[in-house]
Amino acid sequence: MKNRIQQKLSEDGKILSIYFTAGYPNINDTVPILRSLEENGVDMVEIGLPFSDPLADGPVIQASSTTALKNGMTTAKLFDQLKEVRKTVSIPLVLMGYFNPVLQYGVEAFCKQCEAIGIDGLILPDLPLAEYNLHYRPVFECHGLTNIFLITPQTSEERIREIDKASRAFIYMVSSASTTGKTSGFGTEHSDYFKRVSAMNLENPQVVGFGIKDRETYNTATQFTKGAIIGSAFIKMLNESGIKGIPNFVRSIRPV
Amino acid sequence: MSYHVNEQGYYGDFGGAYIPEMLYPNVEELRQNYLKITSEESFRKEFDDLLRDYVGRPTPLYFANRLSEKYKTRIYLKREDLCHTGAHKVNNTIGQILLAKRLGKNRIIAETGAGQHGVATATVCALMGIECVVYMGEIDIERQAPNVARMKMLGATVVPATSGSKTLKDATNEAIRDWINNPTNTHYIIGSVVGPHPYPDMVARFQSVISREIKWQLKQVECREEPDYIVACVGGGSNAAGAYYHYLDQPEVNIIAVEAAGKGIDTGESAATSVLGKTGIIHGSKTLLMQTPDGQITEPYSISAGLDYPGVGPMHAHLYASGRGEFMSITDKQAMEAGLELSKLEGIIPAIETSHALAIFSQRKFNPADVIVVNLSGRGDKDLNTYINYFDL
Repeated sequence: MKNRIQQKLSEDGKILSIYFTAGYPNINDTVPILRSLEENGVDMVEIGLPFSDPLADGPVIQASSTTALKNGMTTAKLFDQLKEVRKTVSIPLVLMGYFNPVLQYGVEAFCKQCEAIGIDGLILPDLPLAEYNLHYRPVFECHGLTNIFLITPQTSEERIREIDKASRAFIYMVSSASTTGKTSGFGTEHSDYFKRVSAMNLENPQVVGFGIKDRETYNTATQFTKGAIIGSAFIKMLNESGIKGIPNFVRSIRPV
Repeated sequence: MSYHVNEQGYYGDFGGAYIPEMLYPNVEELRQNYLKITSEESFRKEFDDLLRDYVGRPTPLYFANRLSEKYKTRIYLKREDLCHTGAHKVNNTIGQILLAKRLGKNRIIAETGAGQHGVATATVCALMGIECVVYMGEIDIERQAPNVARMKMLGATVVPATSGSKTLKDATNEAIRDWINNPTNTHYIIGSVVGPHPYPDMVARFQSVISREIKWQLKQVECREEPDYIVACVGGGSNAAGAYYHYLDQPEVNIIAVEAAGKGIDTGESAATSVLGKTGIIHGSKTLLMQTPDGQITEPYSISAGLDYPGVGPMHAHLYASGRGEFMSITDKQAMEAGLELSKLEGIIPAIETSHALAIFSQRKFNPADVIVVNLSGRGDKDLNTYINYFDL
């Protein structure tokens, strides 16, 4: 049986996915943001579980995590907020976070909760492929979760193939050697990289993240791939306009 | 049971490389090359020559007569405080800069807390003519102005870490983020036995010169290579790893690791990771670390900036969990008094980190015939202000 991510990816058209940090800007914004994103035509959402030491993130997502933690966000709190989410939200939902909070919650208990809620996948950037394969794959898969791995322009072809084999939904293509929210637009080196990976004919579609902030970068990123993920630019918008800014933001990326 | 790292990069249950994919090529390049390069004849020669002629090794193993008399036991001090730049840190930075050169890197980054590792890194970068960027918490930059000035004189760029708690943990995060953004030309010189495999093992090997020297030095004066106890302070744990290294598999040598209790274990202002920590992931390594029940990393406290780290190297987590090492916690007050005591009894002003190791003699009994080696990891020049304020000198 296909889960929601696989279903969505098998449909025609490009994917627009949005990342936001749970508990930001306000502790109870999680579900209202999710609803608004779905209403405005976003195809998939990554819900960020805030962490005190987000190594792969630039200043914007770091600051949102710090605020979210100050607001009182915890793993248990997030699960509580999401308890009834599937009554109103039907697009694929991915939880994205760092491994330590998952480890403390208990990997099995965490996966069980995700399944009960209707979470479709996990992105845990600091859970490496080797560890996942060795210790965690069975428990993830037993709870209907797919783990999503990252690749970068420095990832070797051999390793991309290995990651493709371990993936069950899509490959998260990090656009450039950078932390989140850093790039100032895409050039030929980016398109060349998107094209190069696309030409590998991988089993899993690729979705690009890091550095996508407007229509231009979205279009470049999706020219050779299945979709793109916007994080920092969305958080910045939330910071300025709040939830009511979502319709305009989504339309500015992808006109109706 | 082995206390050295295994092929997968683990010490027992601790270690590994929990890193985002962006760092995988860098760390993998190191993993594949560090043993090969560091065992090459030309590397060994350059490393040994620099340790001798530039760092000033071997450092003396000094019998502390008056201190021994006071505590009625036999105390030797391994004088790492006499290394160039004032602490053991330079043993590792020399090793890593030689490795970085052989890997063709032309830019070095480092994190620093008190500034000792930053100075040791800036020093070797000046020596080799390589660009150097040091990340340092904004709060530490204020607290450690002389070391910031030293790094600048040595030609390094000091970048304030303004995220999180603005101390060592955050400086380390910023250095890792820099490495993610500069994956091809940059080598990250981590200052302790922390971080993803192979860093803990690599740094321990560079620091292992300490116990290699202790062995032959002790043989000369005590007619045996093994002390009854080897004692070191542990923040991340690099001086301890170096002092224990060649004794790890010799159970007759008792290992004592001394952590900073700060204002007291139960005060909420402490850095005693073995007591207050739980297994978790910090800076790419599975180890003991201080965290909330929700898995958020908490801010430690110690009067000594060098012990002010919420984790501990995976080797030390394993020494603790397996019972191989005896872990003690020493408060700010006990450490400061021990520092003053060594100054008055032996004419040696120790770094406050080291003072923690020296403070065990007032807390624990030893036999008169016991031979105890304390790793005197650094000198106290950098801490004069703290000593002055604490004792109203």
